Amino acid sequence: MTIEDKQQEIIQHFSFFTEWMDKYEEIIRMGRELPPLDTSHHTDEKLIKGCQSKVWLNAEMKDGKLIFEADSDAIITKGLVAMMVSVLSDHTPEDIIKSELYFIEEIGLTHHLSPTRSNGLLAMVKQMKNYAIAFQTLSKIGKI
Amino acid sequence: MALREHIQDIRTEFPILDIMVHGRPLVYLDSAATSQKPKAVLDALDKYYTQYNSNVHRGVHELSQQATTAYENARQTVANFINAEHDHEIIFTRGTTESINLVASSYCRKYVKPGDAILISGMEHHSNIVPWQIACEQTGANLRVIPIDEQGELKLETLDVLLDADVKLVAITMISNTLGTINPVKEIIAKAHHLNIPVLLDAAQAIQHMPVDVQALDVDFLVFSGHKMYGPTGIGVLYGKSKWLDAIPPYQGGGDMIKSVTFARTVYNELPYKFEAGTPDIAGAIGLAAAIEFISQLGLENIAAYEQELIQYAYQELQNIPGLRFIGDSKNRAGAISFLIDDLHPYDVGELLDKMGVAVRPGHHCTQPIMDQFGIPGTVQASFAVYNTKSEIDILIKSLHQAIKMLKN
Repeated sequence: MTIEDKQQEIIQHFSFFTEWMDKYEEIIRMGRELPPLDTSHHTDEKLIKGCQSKVWLNAEMKDGKLIFEADSDAIITKGLVAMMVSVLSDHTPEDIIKSELYFIEEIGLTHHLSPTRSNGLLAMVKQMKNYAIAFQTLSKIGKI
Repeated sequence: MALREHIQDIRTEFPILDIMVHGRPLVYLDSAATSQKPKAVLDALDKYYTQYNSNVHRGVHELSQQATTAYENARQTVANFINAEHDHEIIFTRGTTESINLVASSYCRKYVKPGDAILISGMEHHSNIVPWQIACEQTGANLRVIPIDEQGELKLETLDVLLDADVKLVAITMISNTLGTINPVKEIIAKAHHLNIPVLLDAAQAIQHMPVDVQALDVDFLVFSGHKMYGPTGIGVLYGKSKWLDAIPPYQGGGDMIKSVTFARTVYNELPYKFEAGTPDIAGAIGLAAAIEFISQLGLENIAAYEQELIQYAYQELQNIPGLRFIGDSKNRAGAISFLIDDLHPYDVGELLDKMGVAVRPGHHCTQPIMDQFGIPGTVQASFAVYNTKSEIDILIKSLHQAIKMLKN
């Protein structure tokens, strides 16, 4: 599935929830189901600098594709992190760099992307793209 | 007057309380961050801008004189409210933060030398930490900190060690914005004055909750903001004893703060204008005076008594929630209650409460050292004002149960 397909799938999935509570329960469930990030990655280096809730992000290259793993200490953020990982993981750096993420707005959680909220999500998108750029550069110069 | 019986009338004075948030009636429990504004304040601002907007202290025309009179009357209203000896001891600023920065800059420039110390406490707002750190950096002084205990109270016994002749100023909050603790400031002032050390009190969380008398306290500097006491944003107060305000240099240069200017030499204006460079927040000062009149009409003692009822009720109801623990458990408290529920992240709790129309504040409340001391990422905070009701606290409790169910399920 392309990044675009994955976003559409999430948007469609959330369109079934008309009540805010059902929507949030689903996000919380996704947060719980996010595969745990090995505690060795819970380092300051992997921490995305957000003000209130913490987000850790790890990226590795496998067969030309980037694999993301992440975690957060707040469960709603973790649910959003889980969606972000599922959308961008397992794609080439090129696809990740040119992707435009709009599903968060579409499912009505725009406020999570507000820079003033400082909860790391906006910074997470940026960091995921930075990883993609870094890996793309490394592969161009033949380091990986 | 028991305000409980007039609460509906009081609430109608605050138009914003009628709005709906996410389809639910607003329950506003974030007044420690900023309070809502009564009609009297909104009307005063409207009247100023529609009927006599003009610059102060300069013009001879009618509007300018009206604006000047209203602005100076506002100063007098503030002076009476805190029982200052002179009107000119009231300096209008942008808020508590600017008031503290003014003292940290001007006082320290004159009186603080390398090796000296400034004494603050472990429960200060960042605005009563960082300006002193900057001043210490510039003067070579050290910052000393009165520690706090598990209850969220000052360890006063440490004062005897921390307070010595090297300390050039004590800056301390009257009420903690995060913990709600009321500090024994009279005792601290007495001890500091015994060594001739002046004291600055941060009254940002006290001025709206309890009567403050600067002469009875014998405090040297006292600072607060308008927007937390039903007034507009952008206006604040620095009270200083004349002897200190006369002695310390100006903070900012500009218009209105001078008597005469030549390229060779400038003579500064007298108090209070020496510290009010540039066009001040005229509307803000007038709005603040209206807020003080609103408070005075209800009576600060009545407000305090009613808010104590609310806080006691909230405290008692919150206690029954399984897994809830208070951050700051002082019996002597006002304004805000901070808590955590098991290991639920305050942001998650705050976000779900918001969806139910309940405005609380998750976070570190600009007091990161307190969060570090308790080893927590933040707290959920509910804070109260005169317009809150017990039924709003019931909604808070019900919504909390709902949020916990969702987060723990």
